[in-house]
Amino acid sequence: MLQIKKLQAGIEDKRILKGIDLSVNAGEVHAIMGPNGSGKSTLASVLAGRDGYDVTGGEAIYNGSDLLDLAPEERAREGVFIAFQYPVEIPGVNSAYFLRSAVNAVRTHRGEAELDAMSFLKAVKEKMKELGLSEEFLKRPVNAGFSGGEKKRNEILQMAMLNPRLAVLDETDSGLDIDALRIVADGVNRLRGRDNAQVVITHYQRLLDYIVPDFVHVLHDGRIIKSGDKSLAIELEEKGYDWLAKEAA
Amino acid sequence: MSAQTDTIDQFVASDYKYGFVTDIESESLPPGLGEEAVRFISAKKNEPEWLLDWRLKALRHFEKLKCPTWPHVNYPPVDFQDISYYSAPKKKGDGPKSLDEVDPKLLETYEKLGVPLHERARLAGVAVDAVFDSESIGTTFKADLAKAGVIFCSISEAVQEHPELVRKYLGTVVPYTDNFYATLNSAVFSDGSFVYIPKGTRCPMELSTYFRINAANTGQFERTLIVAEEGSHVSYLEGCTAPMRDENQLHAAVVELVALDNAEIKYSTVQNWYPGDEEGRGGIYNFVTKRGICKTNAKISWTQVETGSAITWKYPSVILQGDNSIGEFYSVALTNNRQQADTGTKMVHLGKNTRSTIISKGISAGKGQNSYRGLVQVGKKATNARNFSQCDSLLIGDRCGAHTFPYIEAKNPSANIEHEATTSKIGEDQIFYCNQRGLETQDAVNMIVNGFCKEVFRELPMEFAVEAQKLLDVSLEGSVG
Repeated sequence: MLQIKKLQAGIEDKRILKGIDLSVNAGEVHAIMGPNGSGKSTLASVLAGRDGYDVTGGEAIYNGSDLLDLAPEERAREGVFIAFQYPVEIPGVNSAYFLRSAVNAVRTHRGEAELDAMSFLKAVKEKMKELGLSEEFLKRPVNAGFSGGEKKRNEILQMAMLNPRLAVLDETDSGLDIDALRIVADGVNRLRGRDNAQVVITHYQRLLDYIVPDFVHVLHDGRIIKSGDKSLAIELEEKGYDWLAKEAA
Repeated sequence: MSAQTDTIDQFVASDYKYGFVTDIESESLPPGLGEEAVRFISAKKNEPEWLLDWRLKALRHFEKLKCPTWPHVNYPPVDFQDISYYSAPKKKGDGPKSLDEVDPKLLETYEKLGVPLHERARLAGVAVDAVFDSESIGTTFKADLAKAGVIFCSISEAVQEHPELVRKYLGTVVPYTDNFYATLNSAVFSDGSFVYIPKGTRCPMELSTYFRINAANTGQFERTLIVAEEGSHVSYLEGCTAPMRDENQLHAAVVELVALDNAEIKYSTVQNWYPGDEEGRGGIYNFVTKRGICKTNAKISWTQVETGSAITWKYPSVILQGDNSIGEFYSVALTNNRQQADTGTKMVHLGKNTRSTIISKGISAGKGQNSYRGLVQVGKKATNARNFSQCDSLLIGDRCGAHTFPYIEAKNPSANIEHEATTSKIGEDQIFYCNQRGLETQDAVNMIVNGFCKEVFRELPMEFAVEAQKLLDVSLEGSVG
């Protein structure tokens, strides 16, 4: 589904990603771990197409086409979803309206009929129940005045409604208490399927108790320095990142 | 990050779809302001002596005035001798007696503007007075309105048919000495609408006037007068467009509203005069005086959506003279490219228990400059006056400006005045967030802007709220790359 080869990128003159190789197939869950400043969030931003990040080398092929060539909204419509670490507040814009517009943008792109207000509401209320969100939520402006936990759950709600093929979760666990973490993880697990894949970026092993990855990669100084299965995450939790960094050096 | 500012830099002029010119033979007065021009207009309209005298007094007063410099706008001095003060489509014979006799070219023009004048084609429940340059060319649904006792016609016609009403109220809210442009208007006003709602009557349909400037080098000086008798109710809407021209054109209107005891007037404006091009060439100078007076328990509500004009300078105001009267002002003003707006309101509390609400939403994009200027005044006898003001500014890009000039003068200690103001910016991160959910940048901007204006759009009559939203979308088209 996604083949990243020798990907290099940075902001202005600062090199951050120094050659990432990563292959993600449908049906897989990959965890990317690493200390602060290793390039985890930059990877998510580059995959999303955020302005200001310059790709200086390598490629990212998504379902056979060059992902980096597409505009951010085209990537989204092709099924790439980023759950943001810091979801943005959009005052004045009603959450339900926002989400329905997004769902219909993706549906139109796929050649499906737009959801009318009634069927949208029915679908979204079902998902909200699963995520433990009150219906009041739909009437509020997008993320405005939301608590940290509400924002993260809103990301998961959007993900559930958009049903992406490739979901990248950028430190979705940060700032969540254990109950919220469980709800978020449930939401992600419910989405797992044969046709889609998830890349879970996290600083802590904690989240991986709930979202069990097929592969774990350690990112350090812009490179993946070690890959393994979920036991690698447990090892990291015990020993920290330093031993790996030394090994890599 | 340079790439980030780039996307917002790509603010360009949107297509102004009302910029066409109607090729029609018109009769214009040569440029120049003076007694001759005033006498010409007055004679053209076959006006009574008292009205000509009033115009001449205004002209003499105007000659003593200097153009005000306090608004936060910049433009070269206007040469008042270089403007033609009267232009009207040439009439065949005595002029049309009904809409069926109106020149088809004119009907076509309004059709093209989305305002078909044939009653069958009109939105049910909206009567229209169509003003083309200096003349009203027709008013729809007159007969239906007459059944309810409502008078809705051009002001020229009202001067002929109902001189006693015009004479009683003209200049009572905005006297000819009021201010520079209002004084000019008093001297040379050519047409506009007149509305009279009899006692206890609820006007059976929405009334609207559509103003169109067509001729070059002319100014449009319309005068609108709305009188709502005791216990009556009316909702009125005006729309405005003009062709695209490289020269600036002057539009100096006066609107007077009189709401007698227990009456209610709702006045909505969707102003879309030609705004000029990206470089600031051309466009309308929109210098307007709008004011209403409320008697006991009366209510006046102004709602305006201002997206056009090179320069907008207007402060729809309410004098809350009667006890328990209510004044409201809801405004969306958008400035894109090099447009400038200095707009707001005056709420003058004179009666007891008077209340006013001001909601102002300013949107600045491109190199647009947007100022809110408002005065809340509470007189000595206005016990328990209350005002709530909220002024929000939204910036798109980093070369535009938003300014707020609130003035408060309270002479009664029981006054309760609240003022809230916010300034926000459409951020690249907000747009990116929308993009990541599959939305186009332009849709994202429209969504955010419409969300910002929601409280004002809610005040517009339903079908116009949809229009206003579309207009805002078009005015911001191509705004962000």
